[in-house]
Amino acid sequence: MMLHLAAQVSGQVVPARAQMAATLGFHIILACLGIAFPTIVLLAEFIGLRRHDETALLLARRWSQAMGVLIAVGAVTGTVLSFELGLLWPGLMRQYGSVLGFPFAIEGLFFFLEAIFAGVYLWGWQRLPGWAHWWSGVPIAVSGIFGAMSVIAVNSWMNTPGGFTESDGRITSISPWQVFFNHAALYEMPHMVLAAYMVVGFLVAGVYAAGILRGRRDRYHHAGFAIGFVPAAILTPFQIFVGDTAARSIAADQPVKFAAMEYVAQTSRQVPEWIGGVYVNGNIYAGIKIPFLDSLLVGFGPGTRVIGWDSVAPADRPPVVWLIHLAFDIMVGIGTLLLLYGLWAAYEWWRRRRLPPQRLFWWAGAVSGLAAIVAMECGWIVTEVGRQPWVVYRLLPTADAATSNGGVLTSLTLVVVVYAVLGVATIAILRLLSRRWRRGDAVQAVPYGPSPAPQDADAGKAER
Amino acid sequence: MASRRCRAGRPVRPLPCATGRGRRQGGAVVAYDAVGGILLAGITLYAVLGGADFGGGLWDLLAGPTAHGRRPRALIDESITPVWEGNHVWLVFDLVIFWTAFPHAFASVMSALALPLWLALAGIVLRGAGFAYRKELSRVSLQRAAGATFAFSSLVTPFFMGTVVGAIAAGAVPADASQASLAAWTSPTALLAGFLFVAACGYLAAVYLVGEAASRGDRGMQAYFARRAQAAAIVAGALSLAALFELQNSNRLLFDRLTGRALPLVVVAGVCGLAVFALLAVGRPKGTRVIAALGVAAVVWGWGVAQYPVLLPGTSVTLSNAGAPQSTMVAVIAVFIAALVLVAPSFALLYMLQGRHLLGGGEHGALPAAAPAGNPGQAAAGRPRQQVPALRQAPARQQVPERQQAGRAIRTAAVGAVTIAAVIRRLRQR
Repeated sequence: MMLHLAAQVSGQVVPARAQMAATLGFHIILACLGIAFPTIVLLAEFIGLRRHDETALLLARRWSQAMGVLIAVGAVTGTVLSFELGLLWPGLMRQYGSVLGFPFAIEGLFFFLEAIFAGVYLWGWQRLPGWAHWWSGVPIAVSGIFGAMSVIAVNSWMNTPGGFTESDGRITSISPWQVFFNHAALYEMPHMVLAAYMVVGFLVAGVYAAGILRGRRDRYHHAGFAIGFVPAAILTPFQIFVGDTAARSIAADQPVKFAAMEYVAQTSRQVPEWIGGVYVNGNIYAGIKIPFLDSLLVGFGPGTRVIGWDSVAPADRPPVVWLIHLAFDIMVGIGTLLLLYGLWAAYEWWRRRRLPPQRLFWWAGAVSGLAAIVAMECGWIVTEVGRQPWVVYRLLPTADAATSNGGVLTSLTLVVVVYAVLGVATIAILRLLSRRWRRGDAVQAVPYGPSPAPQDADAGKAER
Repeated sequence: MASRRCRAGRPVRPLPCATGRGRRQGGAVVAYDAVGGILLAGITLYAVLGGADFGGGLWDLLAGPTAHGRRPRALIDESITPVWEGNHVWLVFDLVIFWTAFPHAFASVMSALALPLWLALAGIVLRGAGFAYRKELSRVSLQRAAGATFAFSSLVTPFFMGTVVGAIAAGAVPADASQASLAAWTSPTALLAGFLFVAACGYLAAVYLVGEAASRGDRGMQAYFARRAQAAAIVAGALSLAALFELQNSNRLLFDRLTGRALPLVVVAGVCGLAVFALLAVGRPKGTRVIAALGVAAVVWGWGVAQYPVLLPGTSVTLSNAGAPQSTMVAVIAVFIAALVLVAPSFALLYMLQGRHLLGGGEHGALPAAAPAGNPGQAAAGRPRQQVPALRQAPARQQVPERQQAGRAIRTAAVGAVTIAAVIRRLRQR
């Protein structure tokens, strides 16, 4: 029956998944900025207020101008996802809407607080007194974190569903906190929140590293780099620890996903670790094989038994294993590089109280933000493609959840076009802002972000 | 983990059979009704807050050429900018409550009305993005393009949302819909509801903008938006009556209840509309914002009361059998209470700061503090932006003594109430 159903609707599953992936993949970048950027801005404003540091205040002010645009676009692309849950996955909502709705409702609360206080913070620059203004931004930062946790609660619930009883195909009761703090939530929540902070920290640092590479070696650019880079670099080792714990938990919670991540075809002991490599028809090409390492990583001993994907029927295995494996490797690889990058800066600071002068350091800084985004997107590929063919792990196949309405291909096409325009326009506008700031004509009104104060113009000129 | 993990041979999910209230305990019924009320309250708040932001876009669209429309557009920008995101969250909140509390009905609505929902969604995205981009852009042509996107999608979005509500009210959504239906939302009722939504948004926005202009002492803009509010009030009133007429054909039961147990709310809606019309006619905008919002809220609640306890008219899907267990309802109620505690004071703070003009600022805050009525050219000349052309305006209304004004307003409202009652009695008799 399941196969029959799947065949019936299979025409829509692939485009529906593609559309969800496209919209989620786009939104997650803006979501990161919504989660972590306010903290970075507040950090700059804090330094500015505490130390009477005009440069830091100027940075905070300019960043919140950019934040105005990013939060607006993030708000609407997030709304798209709420609609898509119903429009693309009515089967999921019909069956489990009453279960996964609770974390979303909590998220709604934090979304409210975020949007309301963003209105106060972004628009209160000119007329609210300094510290009152700073405090009006705190709820944005806090609700960003809790909002992210709520959304991740839903995703992790799809990976390790629980906290409800079902009889005759109907949900008869739920225990909200078991849904919210399901098993996977314990590692997915910190993993995503840390990822958001790393993405934003390295992105901000990257913007100013690029400026320094172009010869703008002033205090303004160094401060901009440091306020983004320092938190991100400090959080990176924690992220690697959380990620390592998460991978071990996945080996227990979702063994098939883990098997795909690590190319474990057969359940066995003394499993080797594959770095890179493409899996085609039972052969792995161009990969580096490290004996016993996978068993060691999973259970701290070479004799650890690792479950392979042969533990389930072929129909219940994720498609395109190599995509999952390579995405996982890229994520881990980038994470490790970012850790080394932070260590480099830390060593130089420890020995010489300065940042490394080498151009390589600043080049790495300039691309670190993009690298962090790539790592995060790869992480999402691992968790989402790795769960296939299930939308709710072992309970609801993706094919049963998808809409039976035609025309998803059309909406997918339109979504790709509209989002391409949105992406290009957003980047273009951020560049426009930055050019405007560099020219120093910051007095020009920016009606959809905080208006700059008169001293901005002077500071802008001084920098040139 | 309490979940039942077996899934072998699970049948195609059966339609939620009417489990009936008899099997549920009294407390359960209260919980389901309370969540129904919460959903309706969320819809009301989105209508009166978010709706006005859409209406702002509508007036932006109709504000005329660049120079001519500069002042109304500036006022619209300023009043929408700090609050629209907060207001927009009500939509997301409503969606979440809908699918959490009534998942079967949600899935049916999303499947049957997929096309208008996609179109409304496109409107939401383009509107938000267009609004955010508009003046970050420095080239006038690009500004215009972004502004037009914002304004046009402000028109499109409420229209399609209206068709969705109209389709539900007309009973065009089956209980277990899995296919989109074009007929469902292109029925006369649904289309009328679409137009009604646009008119209502425009009406609310214009009334709020009258208050906004008044609080800035901008008499020119006050008169400008008062005229538009009155025009929108007439259109919205006419469309409401037409939609009510049309319901006789499409959903007789709903019509009977709207003119039966929901009649007080319908009358309140009519009276509020007339009161706003009268108050604006005599140039006393104080309190009109609240009355206008109350009128729209009365329409929403009238719909809710008339439909109760059925969720999808024409089916047996009610509040209590639309798919969610009672524990979900309790969770939703708890979240709503948390929302009241956390979100209500935050909104109060936001609107308070906005009302005191502490948000925004820069040259955008510098609308004329006091423009002498009847001489807008001089007022414009006093502003930092010299290029603002003098707007042609209706001559200032003669000042009428206050008591006389109040008397006129009350008379108009009373006459209106009697008229509405008479019309409805006529309709019922037919």
